[in-house]
Amino acid sequence: MNSVLIGSAYVLAHVPDMVLHNGTTQTTEKIVNPDSEYLKKLPNHLRSYDDTLYYPPNQTYIGGITPKELGEIPSPWYNQKLDNADRFGKFGEIIPQEEFYLLMQACDAFDLVMLEAEFVSKTKPQFEKHPLFDESITARVKAGVEQAAIDAALSNGAEGLYSNNQIVGCVKKAHDLDVNLNAEVILENLVSKASCVLSLLHLTKNTAINKNEIDLVIDCSEEACGDMNQRGGGNMAKAAAEIAGFTNATGSDLRAFCAAPVHALIHAAALVKSGTYKNVVVAAGGSTAKLGMNGKDHVKKDLPVMEDVVGSFAVLISENDGINPEILSEYTGRHSVGSGSSPQAVITALVGDPLDKMAIKITDVDKYSVEMQNPDITKSAGAGDVPQANYKMIGALAVKRGELERTELGNFIKKHGMVGWAPTQGHIPSGIPYLGFAQQDIMDGHIKNCLFIGKGSLFLGRMTNLFDGCSIMIQKNGAKQGSQVTKEEAAISESEIKALIAETMREFANSLLK
Amino acid sequence: MAILANKKVVIIGDRDGIPGPAIEECIKTSGAEVVFSSTECFV
Repeated sequence: MNSVLIGSAYVLAHVPDMVLHNGTTQTTEKIVNPDSEYLKKLPNHLRSYDDTLYYPPNQTYIGGITPKELGEIPSPWYNQKLDNADRFGKFGEIIPQEEFYLLMQACDAFDLVMLEAEFVSKTKPQFEKHPLFDESITARVKAGVEQAAIDAALSNGAEGLYSNNQIVGCVKKAHDLDVNLNAEVILENLVSKASCVLSLLHLTKNTAINKNEIDLVIDCSEEACGDMNQRGGGNMAKAAAEIAGFTNATGSDLRAFCAAPVHALIHAAALVKSGTYKNVVVAAGGSTAKLGMNGKDHVKKDLPVMEDVVGSFAVLISENDGINPEILSEYTGRHSVGSGSSPQAVITALVGDPLDKMAIKITDVDKYSVEMQNPDITKSAGAGDVPQANYKMIGALAVKRGELERTELGNFIKKHGMVGWAPTQGHIPSGIPYLGFAQQDIMDGHIKNCLFIGKGSLFLGRMTNLFDGCSIMIQKNGAKQGSQVTKEEAAISESEIKALIAETMREFANSLLK
Repeated sequence: MAILANKKVVIIGDRDGIPGPAIEECIKTSGAEVVFSSTECFV
């Protein structure tokens, strides 16, 4: 039986100071052009926590509003504030930077995070009120240290942790010589781990699963943890599962740039379907490197810097319960080594081929979840509206296959597409932001199925010029699958023929008796 | 494409648009020389 999607969690961490100090656009600019106008102007373009909280795409990410509701708000959204917004949405939350620093320390197993004593005493009472942080988390936050100790660490290679551009702590290097364990890498990995842990905790709440019943966590983020002898050794998944209290879970990391979440979904669905594991979590933390990635364009256009959040997610895949949406792991789309790189070849591999296997048309899929980047961020940086570009290509393939009238292309995009809402955190926008809503929409009968598509820029690692991508369908539990429908229709035809022959034979026998 | 004949071409493709190798295939038919081809990811 197919495995099912039990539930999802989505979290954002608002980290404006990390935009300044850890985003690679900014760290690179500090090296090549330290006195640039951009670096001078940037702090004035950072948003407050409230501005981030009331920003419609962010509320969509955590489930505060639906993609449909977001689509009804006139864009661009950077000047739009929702009337009501809560820190906690249906799927997760937007955690403020200061509490996130304490969570980073709670996730630190090697005493590498130092926080200033006064900062801790000011922030910890709020941290302890968090509904998902029990004693196992809060007890890991230390009392704090004197500023002098932080200054000493900073002069010995540590990376600063800032609040309103003031030092409140630091992340120390974990080795004197190994660049894979320097403070910058440790900070990146702890941010990924902490944001992942928060999504795991929300997933536990959202699904009401007993933590002890989770067998495996697959981490599909874009960070690598290891040392000089095994640079990408891993295992972020098990490290996060430990802090989240998944005592009986093991873990493994899956990497494929932005395509990794959909690859991981396929792995999880197949592992559960095969009976290897009963409950598998696919999860990923976010990326500090991409903070403020398009900041230069946003500042140049006098816009707020919208890449000020780290994103994370977690989803639970379990054995078929006869209720939740099924994941059709037999019918995956995959961009193979020989698929080719033209847009037509890519969309054929990811959309046309799996639908052909299911014997259904492009228009038979109610929703497509593609690269769901927030267009506020990309359009103002000259990268266009990425989801819309993807929907146009899918629609164009439908026209080419004779499944859609050319004049219906606009309606196809409206009906089968969505506006984007996810932050440009690489793997985070890639197909998976709609999983939570898809489950809800399928259960509520608004849609019957959805194809999730992930794409990855493998060429950025300089090991191949190839692009990557894969796709998988989720549909209403118990609904017939494309090829099953075809087989059953064939089976009905066969039985009808048998009935006709039997009827003819009876008539013939009766005629002989007369 | 005749305008590209005997020219040197630098290609910067877009992951979510037209990738470098696909542009490269088209350029090959024009008589131009591809001196650099890359695909970038803007998201």
